Amino acid sequence: MSAQSRQWQNMAIFLGPAILLLALFFLLPVMVDVFVAFTDMGRSLKISEMTTANFERMLTGDRRILPTLALTAVYVFLTLAIFNVTFGLILALATTAVPDRIGGFFRSVWLLPRMSPSVVYALLWIWVASPTERGLINQVLHGFLGFGTIDLRTDYPVMLIVIANGFIGASMGMIIFTSAIRSIPEHLFHAARADGAGPLAITWHITLPAIRWPLSFITVYQTLSLLVSFEYIWLITNGGPFYDTTVYALYVYKRAFENGQYAYGAALALLLVVIGIGASLAMWRFFDMKRLLQHPRIEVH
Amino acid sequence: MARIELSSVTKSWGDVVAVEPTDLVIDDGELVAILGPSGCGKSTTLFMLAGIYAPSGGELRFDGAVVNEVEARHRNVGIVFQSYALYPHMNVRRNIMFPLKFKGVPAAEARRRAEETARLVQVGELLDRTPAQMSGGQQQRVALARALVKEPQLLLLDEPLSNLDATLRLSMRSEIRRLQRQLGVTTILVTHDQVEATTMADRIVCMSKGRIEQVGSVDDLFLRPKSLFVASFIGAPPINLVDARAEGGRLALPHQAVGTKAGDGDVVIGIRPENVALGAPDREGCLAATVLQVEPMGRETLYVLDSALGRLHALEHGAQRRFRDGDRVGCELPLSAMLLFDRQSGLRIEEPGLAAG
Repeated sequence: MSAQSRQWQNMAIFLGPAILLLALFFLLPVMVDVFVAFTDMGRSLKISEMTTANFERMLTGDRRILPTLALTAVYVFLTLAIFNVTFGLILALATTAVPDRIGGFFRSVWLLPRMSPSVVYALLWIWVASPTERGLINQVLHGFLGFGTIDLRTDYPVMLIVIANGFIGASMGMIIFTSAIRSIPEHLFHAARADGAGPLAITWHITLPAIRWPLSFITVYQTLSLLVSFEYIWLITNGGPFYDTTVYALYVYKRAFENGQYAYGAALALLLVVIGIGASLAMWRFFDMKRLLQHPRIEVH
Repeated sequence: MARIELSSVTKSWGDVVAVEPTDLVIDDGELVAILGPSGCGKSTTLFMLAGIYAPSGGELRFDGAVVNEVEARHRNVGIVFQSYALYPHMNVRRNIMFPLKFKGVPAAEARRRAEETARLVQVGELLDRTPAQMSGGQQQRVALARALVKEPQLLLLDEPLSNLDATLRLSMRSEIRRLQRQLGVTTILVTHDQVEATTMADRIVCMSKGRIEQVGSVDDLFLRPKSLFVASFIGAPPINLVDARAEGGRLALPHQAVGTKAGDGDVVIGIRPENVALGAPDREGCLAATVLQVEPMGRETLYVLDSALGRLHALEHGAQRRFRDGDRVGCELPLSAMLLFDRQSGLRIEEPGLAAG
């Protein structure tokens, strides 16, 4: 066997399965989506003609798209900025600063929602935000403090979905940041302390620069997953009241599956794919992720 | 610059005692080496001085003031870590300037001092490099500059040379010593390398199992070791140790009768390889031995011998190999060079009063 054919054979053995899976579950759906977007497929799943009508409708006839996109931007930005990155980082910093057993306990608590089914988690939030006097928030506000009851789901629905998604989303960042902080060589902290740095200065000058890459990674990764996931929103507010919490991904789902407009849904989904690719490329650039993938960034001596 | 005092300082984690109650005084401007095998508590002692570990008991004093509760950042101590611990995302200039940031030194002044200190340790031309772009020796110098730039009252060096190659180690050794003298900064060096300790330090503190075995000059440790541990730890190749028994003022050796003032009991005789003189076999008062192995070391030759006293090492200066494997030789073991230890306590018997006959 020649060296060349052997090389090809090795490539097929090692990369083949991954390429096959990628093609089957990542590339093929996008191609199917592109195809369906150019048809008139409806609830009957029958295709009678190839058409660009779906795109025309998106550009001219659908007044929901822009507000939905704007809401998505607000939702992704707030959830990311307040919870998934910032709060995740605070949790990681706090739980690594306290003794290990206490830190581990709090991290497990924050991980619990991830281990329970999303429906249970959503149900809990529905109870927490319930407008009746039985809701947790109202028990505190009304029962203890004597204020009137409030209805988060009607009056502050965006805040509710940001908080509900953020509470569960922060644990991902927490785990990644915790392990990143742990892998910073301890003597760096010792050196900084001897050099006169206090706890805040150590966080700012030693910890944060050392976990710059995990921070970038979490930002990119969570942006993408917040863009496309909507399960908690769907379960807690179902996009309402009216369209107030219908983020773009949920809008796509509703059009395609609740209204049975598969072709139109596919066209809408295509825009989400484009936005996702655009956002990844922009952030890839911004965070200089190419360098991250080239060398290990945390130096261990 | 400060005078450092430890009185009954101890450190333990749970039931594990890392440093037993320790007393030590280090004079202003002195360079003291803490020497011992790994796990002897020398680094723990250093970290307590730095304020990274809090002592479990006793008192630590800098210039008479108790510093037990003073945090590391307020102690004004410079440390060079074994791994150098340079901040990987900062260039050399910012690494050296880092300690000044917290002393309220104005930026322009901090830059000037950083550059000055960098020149002092001869890394003046590397100021814009990051640690990853430098060799071990260069990183070591930068770490030294970072420790010195704040004009510390105490400089701590944790195995600072162990990651350098042999030639570099030699030159850094004398350079650190020169700098320390020039700046007059009280310095504590922690090392497991006796050559490092003996060549650099004014005084050596020999530690074992969390206890100070002996404090003294090189000569004290080498010629007058207080214990078996010090005798066997100092000196390469290591001292020959032979079990014997003192009874009725006599030591029974196979080749010679020796009188002693030591009381009855089991003893250990120590004799350094360079004091074992080899000659023709079957001479009066000489120990008969067979050469098992010859280890030429260039400047010296080491003979491994088998004798009635067990395995012995003999070191001869010069490269000429007078004997070969299997040769029979006679060893002279001069009584004046013999050290006598109590086997039970491990302590040296200071007046053994050895005499022939």
